[in-house]
Amino acid sequence: MNTTAKEPVWIPVSTVSEFPEDGGVCAKVYGEQIAIFHFSSRNEWFACENKCPHTGDMVLARGMIGDSQGEPKVVCPMHKKSFSLRTGACISGDEYSIKTFPVHIEDGTVYIGIESPGTQG
Amino acid sequence: MKRKLVILGNGMVGHRFAEKIAEYGGTEKFEVTILGEEPRRAYDRVHLSEYFTNRSADSLYLSPSDWYRTNGIRLLLSEPAISVDTVSRKITTSAGTELPFDELVIATGSSAFVPNFEGVDKQGVFVYRTIEDLEKIMSYAKQVSKVAVLGGGLLGLEAAKAVLDMGKESHVVEFASRLMPRQLDEAASSVLKSKIESLGVRIHLNKETKQALGESSFQGLEFVDGSVLEVEMLIVSAGIRPRDELAKNSGIEVGQRGGIIVDDELRTNVYGVYAIGEVALHKGMIYGLVAPGYEMAEILAYNLCSPGQKTKSYAGSDLSTKLKLIGVDVASFGDALGQTEHLPIAYTNPRTGVYKKLVLSTDGKKLKGGILVGDADAYSNLLTLYLNNVELPAEPESLIVGTPSEEGSAFGSLPDDAKICSCNNVSKGDLLGAIRSGACSDLKGLKECTKSGTGCGGCIPQMNSILKEELRAQGKVVTEHVCEHFKYSRQELFQIAKVKGIRSFEEMIRTHGMGNGCEVCKPAVASIIASIYNEPIQKHREIQDTNDKYLANIQRGGTYSVVPRIPGGEITPDKLIVIGQIAKKYDLYCKITGGQRIDLLGARMEQLPDIWKDLVEEGFESGHAYGKAMRTVKSCVGSTWCRYGVQDSTAFAIRIEERYRGIRAPHKLKSAVSGCIRECAEARGKDFGIIATEKGWNLYVGGNGGVNPKHAILLAADLDEETCVKYIDRFMMFYIRTADKLVRTSAWLEQLEGGIEYLKDVIINDRLGINKDLEEEMNHLVGTYVCEWKDVVDDPEKQKKYKHFINSEDADPTVRFIEERGQKRPVDWPKKELVSN
Repeated sequence: MNTTAKEPVWIPVSTVSEFPEDGGVCAKVYGEQIAIFHFSSRNEWFACENKCPHTGDMVLARGMIGDSQGEPKVVCPMHKKSFSLRTGACISGDEYSIKTFPVHIEDGTVYIGIESPGTQG
Repeated sequence: MKRKLVILGNGMVGHRFAEKIAEYGGTEKFEVTILGEEPRRAYDRVHLSEYFTNRSADSLYLSPSDWYRTNGIRLLLSEPAISVDTVSRKITTSAGTELPFDELVIATGSSAFVPNFEGVDKQGVFVYRTIEDLEKIMSYAKQVSKVAVLGGGLLGLEAAKAVLDMGKESHVVEFASRLMPRQLDEAASSVLKSKIESLGVRIHLNKETKQALGESSFQGLEFVDGSVLEVEMLIVSAGIRPRDELAKNSGIEVGQRGGIIVDDELRTNVYGVYAIGEVALHKGMIYGLVAPGYEMAEILAYNLCSPGQKTKSYAGSDLSTKLKLIGVDVASFGDALGQTEHLPIAYTNPRTGVYKKLVLSTDGKKLKGGILVGDADAYSNLLTLYLNNVELPAEPESLIVGTPSEEGSAFGSLPDDAKICSCNNVSKGDLLGAIRSGACSDLKGLKECTKSGTGCGGCIPQMNSILKEELRAQGKVVTEHVCEHFKYSRQELFQIAKVKGIRSFEEMIRTHGMGNGCEVCKPAVASIIASIYNEPIQKHREIQDTNDKYLANIQRGGTYSVVPRIPGGEITPDKLIVIGQIAKKYDLYCKITGGQRIDLLGARMEQLPDIWKDLVEEGFESGHAYGKAMRTVKSCVGSTWCRYGVQDSTAFAIRIEERYRGIRAPHKLKSAVSGCIRECAEARGKDFGIIATEKGWNLYVGGNGGVNPKHAILLAADLDEETCVKYIDRFMMFYIRTADKLVRTSAWLEQLEGGIEYLKDVIINDRLGINKDLEEEMNHLVGTYVCEWKDVVDDPEKQKKYKHFINSEDADPTVRFIEERGQKRPVDWPKKELVSN
């Protein structure tokens, strides 16, 4: 795990078996909607905000995942804009981006890393 | 030390100039500052009216917000220059900042010309120029119902469309005797006028305004001829005036009727001061279009960045225009009005609202100009012929009547310096160079390498044929790869899946692809697997397109709409009542669809299984409105009720719809059956349509509504029901097997070598000897049908997937509705750009 200056607080969300393979779900974490993806074909997990930065709709967890030149991405179901699951940047060239969160798996439980919980939305 | 380059104006042209400076390495040499009067960075003013519908400035911006910083260019917004001192060489801004300059580029553009009649300053009179203008218009329009636009030019008609879109009564008032007087002749204007009038815009020609009516607020216009137009709001779009006031006050020479005078190198009379775009007056011309401004920007940037080398000169621009006005194509180029000696050829069809005119040289060999109204498909080809002064074919009328072949004979011989993209000044040679260098091998790459096709897009068909021709010349196979993950076309993947028995995406990508897949190949493979095996598509849930994944159509707010199947549009009163009761129970908005069904909108994701359960219990099933699949078969009442009907179209439509319901295809499929030649079911606007004759049924294929409406073509006539169904089986399966992803039957048929005659040979004469297979495949699909909703209703595990949160039973708290006309609807998307941080 790539830790920056501040160590996030790890919030348990659900068990691994609840997540669809190569798909996403939305979790409620301290009032915030977070999309979590079990990217099983890469053996990786990713998380980002659930909100489409373009329309404001809470739908990214329902988006399809895949890769673009090797970069893991999620495709927004509203207008097919792609976002890097690593950096949150919009791969399809728009200037908005999405927030991403670290994911940690331990003993079959999925944890999301949040900085200073309680101050979110 | 860097020289100081100041650009006045951050519109489309000022921005393009800055871009070109950066591209030519000018930021090494210059310290660049741009001043903009508006509070926002440069945006696409040409597509301003889109702001009315999407209300997002975001999609209009010409560059990302950090573009200026990344390129080392200083941008000052809401800070126009108020004076230029050409002696001490500095400008003063509205904020009082003094900016010294070595080079000054004036790109202040133009402002709307407002005629000076009495009362023009009343409340309720607006100009149409900036996003801020549009916001004022939208806000004021809330309190009015009738709006007039003053000016029947390009922009005025755009504004009239916007008024119509706002749901207001829309009027256009034009001083001249015709619309778009600078681009169109009388005949073209008259065709355009009746087209636009048929859409609900009222047009008043030959109207000179005398005064505005009303006390403090605007209440209408009185004309010199004594007539009066009562409207509550006026949008002025009567032309432009160059913003040359800074120049006038500082000794920079301007023309008698305005505009900063520039020479062929875009220099003014003051050393180191230049003007480009709509403020510049070149050889007596002011260009009110963006393309000439772009051309000037490029030339000036080039000259400033490469001193000592040969400079480029500006030779004036072509005033060609192509646009879509209220859904009507209009194009005009060259000497469209025939002002020099010429030979005109014109074609008018008042029935279809099409007018085409070629202005030829007197010997008929060269194209000097032209006008297209109603159908401007020929525009980019004609423009290329005109711009490159190419000799015309022996029968030049073939260019506007009949069907010109895709790579018309006049194009093969285009010289390398022929201009293909006039927006970005890209020649055929530039394109060939990029392809030959190996830098790009597809259209997307070619656009990125050359910028060609990234402006108005009109040259994309020609880029495509140049690309394909060159790749073929290099001996390369022109392939249609599905995406970066598969080096196969959809048709090839279909054959692979069938021959190798591949039944999942995972297996397909592991054995024949690379990477992790994407939003293009996953649904394509999902569709192929569904077309071969017809298993419930929820088995492959994560590779389905979003609507298929949730078996409903995602709409604004992230809610869904639900469309139960109503075969042939026939429904009993009891079933109608049941739909109403279910809609009421879940508080759903109701609308009759264009496919004779009932759309229930506003369902939250977690409500879907319950709504389906109620519908399924009452005998309804999925209408597949969400699928790239067979959807609906429309019908008229036919011989059972209609006094003209010759066959029972309703019964046949129901039979057809029930036979093919839900069958997956490369794109959605629609059909209709009409009971007589009056065609009330609009069968020829469908992928396949059936029209009753005295002797049986006529089968038409390859039609559609949509963006490019196409009438279906006759495949076979006077068929009995069994033969008709057999032909449809073969037609559909042949399409499903061979079409590229997301290609509808009309485009597929167009691309099919040999066209309809070949298709007839395959379907009717079994030219390929595959008809037995096609029929068997179809029978398999028909025989294995299950309702996809029922599949979820019967399975509690599948229903779990419809929860909004994995760790909470709560619904999405952000979904909100408001009431309109007695029903709910989602709140609008936020007005301003929504960059989330």
